[in-house]
Amino acid sequence: MSLRRPAKDQPESFEFNASSLEAANVIVAKYPEGKQQSAVMALLYIAQKQNNNWIPLAAMKYIAKFLDMPYIKVYEVATFYTMYNLSPVGKYFVQVCTTTPCMIRGANQLVEACKEKISENECELSDDKSCSWMEVECLGACVNAPMMQINDDYYEDLDKQKTLDILDKILNGETPKPGSYRGRVNNEPENNRKTLMDLKNA
Amino acid sequence: MLKDQDRIFQNLYNDKGSDVSSSQERGDWVNTKEITDKGRDWIINEIKESQLRGRGGAGFPTGLKWSFAPKEVGSRPHYLVINGDESEPGTCKDRDILRFEPHKLIEGCLIASYAVQAHVCYIYIRGEYFVDGQKLQAAIDEAYQKKLLGKNAAGTGWDLDIYIHYGAGAYICGEETALLESLEGKKGQPRLKPPFPALIGLYGCPTIINNVETIAVVPTILRRGAKWFASLGREKNTGTKIFCISGNVNNPCNVEEEMSIPLKELIEEHAGGVIGGWENLQAVIPGGSSMPLIPKERCETLKMDFDACVEEKSGLGTAGIVVINKDQDIIKCMARIARFYKHESCGQCTPCREGSGWMWRMLERMAKGDATKDEVDMLGDVTNQIAGHTICAFGEGSSWPVQGLLRHFKKEIEKRNNLDPIVQKKNNIPYLVDQHLLDKKNA
Repeated sequence: MSLRRPAKDQPESFEFNASSLEAANVIVAKYPEGKQQSAVMALLYIAQKQNNNWIPLAAMKYIAKFLDMPYIKVYEVATFYTMYNLSPVGKYFVQVCTTTPCMIRGANQLVEACKEKISENECELSDDKSCSWMEVECLGACVNAPMMQINDDYYEDLDKQKTLDILDKILNGETPKPGSYRGRVNNEPENNRKTLMDLKNA
Repeated sequence: MLKDQDRIFQNLYNDKGSDVSSSQERGDWVNTKEITDKGRDWIINEIKESQLRGRGGAGFPTGLKWSFAPKEVGSRPHYLVINGDESEPGTCKDRDILRFEPHKLIEGCLIASYAVQAHVCYIYIRGEYFVDGQKLQAAIDEAYQKKLLGKNAAGTGWDLDIYIHYGAGAYICGEETALLESLEGKKGQPRLKPPFPALIGLYGCPTIINNVETIAVVPTILRRGAKWFASLGREKNTGTKIFCISGNVNNPCNVEEEMSIPLKELIEEHAGGVIGGWENLQAVIPGGSSMPLIPKERCETLKMDFDACVEEKSGLGTAGIVVINKDQDIIKCMARIARFYKHESCGQCTPCREGSGWMWRMLERMAKGDATKDEVDMLGDVTNQIAGHTICAFGEGSSWPVQGLLRHFKKEIEKRNNLDPIVQKKNNIPYLVDQHLLDKKNA
């Protein structure tokens, strides 16, 4: 299990703004009547998005009321799933995959790059408070290893220099282009494709 | 090598678009009504005859699973749930289906829903695949617009609604009952079976749960016939499969190939060979991290299918092949996998919650050569106390890779770790849970 604790400094209150409220109502409608609890995961995402990428306790209380369920049940969900940030993270949130398939292709170099550019320790904000990074478990892009995720986007086929370049960009407030950084097309075998050639050349 | 026209996922590399019209050119959504008109029994029977086995790891026969759904809809509605919580290290096939072949999946959902009499289908996608999920959502929206979903979907007379539900970074939600708990808005902790989800699943209603790849191949099987699908591969291991080849190979890639293809051919032909040549190969994990590794000697002749991998005391799993060459420290690789399982254990059953961390700490020490001689046997002992003593298969999943390491690389571990336990006792090792070290005080 992973140990997860809520942040010490918590805002007093939280409320959905108009656009979050609209999105929340759309999501609740996906589930059968009386089963609105199913929407809790999606609503936590909405709260996280609205609140600079982290979820305060006040938001959990608000969602509990919104869905008519006990607060502790929302707290359980928010602390169980690792994608809910319980304390502030950077505007650019860098997650480096270091599980075995990435590890054997040099994910530690990506970690070094993050340490150089962002902060010495994971889950710490950079000097200008715009970025933070952490090591995560398999992100499911193993054939594009090593890779990392920045907010919602995947950056694939990296090495140390390419990672440094990407981090430079986000520290300047730019959003780099996601995808493969060796210029290959999706998951095809680079320079060695032997299948579906008719389609490729069509 | 499989002929191109026998490949189901023609757009695996996104050479063409993934919208409805280009999917129709590839044969999706063509005369869907003709298939459903042949009736539920025909569909289920055809899938049974094709011998399609679930692509999510367990390899359960899909037709059989569908036939478990109650024949008549009672007071409780039926549900179809698609498992797209692809989190097994080494596996990234579902992601490509979600983003490049969404209409194969959506059409499969319609046919499967019709076969098991479900009017609502939930697709559970791992939270990290948000961008790919958005692409699937766009495809679903387009399908609604073209009346391929909703009331009288694709003219079949069947009503179907598809909703996407995002996970939030929990590997365990790939286990079917944990996935249902997660869908209901709870912690993803697996349920006891029985009752099986086919009778009591989502919201207590009959629910059929299938992997993304399983559902996505269904329309093609029904169009081209069970005989065609069964003619590929070998008996009980039929059809095609997307293999994900990652790790120390020259061209890591996803490729769709025939079942029972030799592992060596996959690595040499498609992935451009092992880095440093075949002789530099150390071991291969054949089916995602939870399957025991297979050493080089056995890789020469191994055929990639469910039964052949089981004969090697491993498994095909999700067909996520991780190639490890001799430049890597095999103990460190396995220690990292153990750390993954320690991180992802849901914490419900004690053997798994405590044991996964224990295995990780021991392996970390073994990688450094800080472990004592007797710990090697103790590690094996711990794995045996986890496997089979938990609610779900995570117990097996976390202990099998360690057992595989012990089976094939025990000498390597012993060579590195020959500390005497009594001398070791004097070292102050700061591991709280390693009770065995404290127990030896009087040794």
